[in-house]
Amino acid sequence: MYGNLSFDIAHLLAGGLVLVSFMMLYQDRLYALINTYALHALVLSLSVAWQALVQHAPHLFVTAAIALGFKAIVIPVALHRIVKRLGIHRDIETVVGIGPTMLAGMGLVALSMVVILRITPDADPLAREDLAFALSVLLLGLLVMVTRRNAVSQVIGFMALENGLILAATGARGMPLVVEISVAFSVVIAFIVIGIFLFRIRERFDTVDVGALDEFRGERQ
Amino acid sequence: MTIDVSLFLWAVAALLATAVVAVALGRSASASRLVYGATLGISVVAVVMLMAHLVSAPGEISMVRLPLGLPWIGAGFRLDALSALFLLIVNFGGAIASLYGIGYGRHEDAPHRVLPFFAAFLAGMNLVVLADDAFTFLLSWEFMSLASWALVVSNHRSEDSRRAGFVYLVMASFGTLSLLLAFGLMAGPTGGYAFDTIREMTHAPLTVAIVFILMLFGAGSKAGLVPLHVWLPLAHPAAPSHVSALMSGVMTKVAIYGFIRVVFDLLGEPAWWSSAVLIMLGGATAVLGILYALMETDLKRLLACSTIENIGVIFVSLGLALAFRSNAMGWAAALAFTAALFHIVNHSLFKSLLFFGAGAVITATGQRDMEKLGGLIHRMPWTSFAFLVGCVAISALPPLNGFVSEWLTFQAVLQSPDLPEWGLKIIVPAVGGLLAFSAALAASCFVRAFGITFLGRSRSPAADQAHEVDRFSLSAMFILAALCLAAGILPGFVIDALSPITQALVGGSIPPQSNAPWLSIAPIAESRSSYNGLLVFVFIAVSAWGAALLVHRLASRDVRRSAAWDCGFPDARPQTQYTAGSFAQPIRRVFGTLVFHARETVDMPPPGDMRAARLTVETRDLAWDWIYTPIARGIGFAAIRLNRLQFLTIRQYLSLVFLALVALLLVLALWT
Repeated sequence: MYGNLSFDIAHLLAGGLVLVSFMMLYQDRLYALINTYALHALVLSLSVAWQALVQHAPHLFVTAAIALGFKAIVIPVALHRIVKRLGIHRDIETVVGIGPTMLAGMGLVALSMVVILRITPDADPLAREDLAFALSVLLLGLLVMVTRRNAVSQVIGFMALENGLILAATGARGMPLVVEISVAFSVVIAFIVIGIFLFRIRERFDTVDVGALDEFRGERQ
Repeated sequence: MTIDVSLFLWAVAALLATAVVAVALGRSASASRLVYGATLGISVVAVVMLMAHLVSAPGEISMVRLPLGLPWIGAGFRLDALSALFLLIVNFGGAIASLYGIGYGRHEDAPHRVLPFFAAFLAGMNLVVLADDAFTFLLSWEFMSLASWALVVSNHRSEDSRRAGFVYLVMASFGTLSLLLAFGLMAGPTGGYAFDTIREMTHAPLTVAIVFILMLFGAGSKAGLVPLHVWLPLAHPAAPSHVSALMSGVMTKVAIYGFIRVVFDLLGEPAWWSSAVLIMLGGATAVLGILYALMETDLKRLLACSTIENIGVIFVSLGLALAFRSNAMGWAAALAFTAALFHIVNHSLFKSLLFFGAGAVITATGQRDMEKLGGLIHRMPWTSFAFLVGCVAISALPPLNGFVSEWLTFQAVLQSPDLPEWGLKIIVPAVGGLLAFSAALAASCFVRAFGITFLGRSRSPAADQAHEVDRFSLSAMFILAALCLAAGILPGFVIDALSPITQALVGGSIPPQSNAPWLSIAPIAESRSSYNGLLVFVFIAVSAWGAALLVHRLASRDVRRSAAWDCGFPDARPQTQYTAGSFAQPIRRVFGTLVFHARETVDMPPPGDMRAARLTVETRDLAWDWIYTPIARGIGFAAIRLNRLQFLTIRQYLSLVFLALVALLLVLALWT
């Protein structure tokens, strides 16, 4: 399988997704983060489209189109507008410094490689690499959620995590389109709900820093 | 004629429909008669079908798989010899409790809290026995537990009922958890949850041992094995009496069914020490159960404690069967297993009878405390007679059924010298001694229960004004009493009916008994031991009748009435009679300090003080003190410590999830 072009390209695209995830980790401005997320979704849609080609699964093209349309265009544009309307162009403060975050991210990628490569010794190599990358993307998305305090960047972390899920699902052969569409739909719903919440939170507390919520609950002095 | 298992599923569906109808009927006046009538009808139909099945094709297996539940398993149901026997027990118990309920239910304050759950409870027990895969079994088991819990708290205004319900719920969840783990282990990583798949697998010895212990926890907590018995004396009496009869007489048997199904049928061969564990636990359960019963003054709690004793006897027989089976002594295993099954049948008969009697006493007097009863034999002669039959049967006196099964148990105990393991050779006779001891204590316990409740003079105005109960209740009690007698004098037929089960599960059966001369039974060989219930019955009847005849012939017919000798006390009030407390005192003195930490305090007023002297006895349950209180304290401590987790920030919660995920992945990376 090694030296095979289709494998190499799939590998490249999935690896690219992990790389973009790392890029997300050190963006400390909201607009930059949103743009990186759009890139993330673009790479995802490319990767899914390549899988569709390799696996001869035309329905995956639909998935790729959804990823491209919704995640790479509609959602980033909407987020840009939200950020503008909320008036938060300022720095996003990461809770942990960039250096430790990147180190933690590397650790997570190593961990997911070890786990997946060890538990799936006799799976299809393409699916195997794909799963390992997908788990890395997922964990990195979670890391973004954990290390940020701004609600908008937490939303982006959540959607990056979801991209990892899509990558995993398309790598494994035979995910039905229905599942894919319902996942995409649920992400849109989540996006809408979180968006509404953002405005509600801002209305009440004049900030979208989730720390304000803790203060409101009276747990921080 | 073979009976298909789907017919019983229709019966279950009918019971569930009855439960729904009962909800719809609510508090209307005729609800209780309608619902009990319906459950009676359904259960009788089921009993008739089972009888036909047992007579025509006892070993026949019938299976059906419904597309319910988990999609890749479905819901399997199966009728074989073992489940047919337990279905018979469940449905007969249901029928007779419904018959009793038609009369008893009229006095209920809140029938809408009992009726729907009564039908659902019967349906749940049926489903447990029919289930043929782990998922259906656990679901039905939990359904049965919850329905019975609802019945326990039906009188939810009483503090005691609520506490009983809470303890019961905790113990039931613990039991289900153990069962869940046991089935998970048996199904293995491939997830073979159908019983057929489990039966064909061979399990590692360690798995077998763990599953065995988990089954002891799971089924033992429902059956009332010491030290998991603590909920039983609280919960069984808290329900209405006919439900208590079902819980004590039938639900504990369903628990034993679960144990037999897994340990004897599905699991394969456990190590020899598991039978030793079973025998010792059974012996301890028998003795402790009956000692608790002897200390009780509440009639229904006394009966519930005596259930613990009988469960102990059954588990000893099961342990013996396991020991003999693992040593390939098929005939001895069959003898012990027959003893266990026979005792299961018997206990469901006489324990239901006794609970019905207790229910009748409560209906007539409103009292459960024996110290407030007495003299009821004059006011409730029929109930007294039926209760007496139950007492004689449970005390294992010939010619009633209790004697036969305990005699078979002792016959099995006597085979223990043939066992090769020295541990068992020593343990089994010792436990046999414990059983004999518990049988003697049981007799004294029921002499006390009957004597204090029904004989003497009434100790309260309520007992003085009691009236005989209605015909439905009486007929239920008399049917049970007649069956106790029938099983006692014709044991051969019962033993033969049980032989397909022993053949299937322990690979042997005792020789056919019903064609033995004069209906006697000889489980091993005529030369070693035999028993003839009919002969004993005829002898007792003839000699008693002859003695009565002689006395009446020879004695004068003149009746002379005079004051009873009052020992020099001028005012012999009913309170000066021998009480339940007095009767139990010698035994409490002997065992109380050791087993119950009993403490007597005498409050003697100084001369000149007019207040009454008081003697207070405080007994404690060591299982509470040594096991449950420390566990409860530990959980409370941990809960307070973990309380902080309720007040984290959103980001901390996210980090918690993240760290848990990473930790699990790390474990996976390191272990595989």
